[in-house]
Amino acid sequence: MKHPFDQAVAEHSAVVLRVCRAVLGPVEADDAWSETFLSALRAWPDLPDDANVRAWLVTVAHRKAIDVRRAQARGAVPVESLPDRPSWGDEQPGAALPDTELWAALAALPSKQRQCVAYHHVAGLPHAEVAAIVGGTAAASRRSAADGIATLRRTYLTKEVSTHV
Amino acid sequence: MSDNLIEQLAAPRPADAGAVAGAVAALRERLAGAASAQGLVDVAFRTVETPVGALLLAATEAGVVRVAYPAEGHEAVLESLSVAIGSRVLRDTRRFDDLCHQLDGYFAGQRRHFEVALDLRLAHGFRLEVLEHLRTIAYGATETYAAAAAASGRPKAVRAVGTACATNPLPLLVPCHRVVRSDGTMGGYLGGLPAKQLLLDLEAAA
Repeated sequence: MKHPFDQAVAEHSAVVLRVCRAVLGPVEADDAWSETFLSALRAWPDLPDDANVRAWLVTVAHRKAIDVRRAQARGAVPVESLPDRPSWGDEQPGAALPDTELWAALAALPSKQRQCVAYHHVAGLPHAEVAAIVGGTAAASRRSAADGIATLRRTYLTKEVSTHV
Repeated sequence: MSDNLIEQLAAPRPADAGAVAGAVAALRERLAGAASAQGLVDVAFRTVETPVGALLLAATEAGVVRVAYPAEGHEAVLESLSVAIGSRVLRDTRRFDDLCHQLDGYFAGQRRHFEVALDLRLAHGFRLEVLEHLRTIAYGATETYAAAAAASGRPKAVRAVGTACATNPLPLLVPCHRVVRSDGTMGGYLGGLPAKQLLLDLEAAA
């Protein structure tokens, strides 16, 4: 890619952060976001000029999210990364973290459904591109996303309505 | 009827947009620090407000490589740096903390020269020789295009000196604003004549 990397950061950093939050939850999302953009920066000059940058970044974020989850499962989260992790309560005093309940509802979904909802509905990628990231067919990705949304309508939206009406 | 769930997945609620932007800003600053620590940045940059307009500051690991006035179009300048130097171009405000502090002092009339490493890789040949000469023109002094040509070793290359000034990749830091016409008028300036006038007045007053 001949264009400045910063354009990709400016344009896609917010959506990639929301994707990371949707897939990993708000706390691990920061590390996944940082790893995603560091890795993307490294690879940027070799990316073809006509690449779909958002889809590529979401693909990188998907791999980094898997790494974060694996590190967690092994209990091998690098110690030096912990103090850097912002505490949400400190960063937004008196304000609830955006969409906390939404991400909590997503966390309860099976991981394939959660990924398909995140990459299609949060990142806005077509089902075919979601399938290229998570594996399987576009039809299967569409079904996983639909199943996830159906569950969220029961678990999240009913709660939403009851608290806001 | 709108679909709240789908909308909320696609974008933060308007009330939350600021919190997301704040979190992203903090992460971008952290990214710039980590990327530069790992030597991954070809060109770091930031913009800074000054009395002569918003300046784009850009640097490689070797030093400041470009200063650009708004008239040059900051986006276009970043695109050209991306092609000429490398596309790992990343905003990094801390990289320029010291230079911004020096610029503040300069515009306050308290600083007469900049102590900053320069990367002159964007200038070549005679233009580079001219820039090297311009760096020796003292604060508050001016020199004619003809004198600068003579001092650069090619007394007949007056127009080429004008071109070297007009294409100076590091205005302010390489003081092309101190080069004026033989008739006492200012000549051109890549930052616009009001900027040149302001700089000359500033240096004359201090």
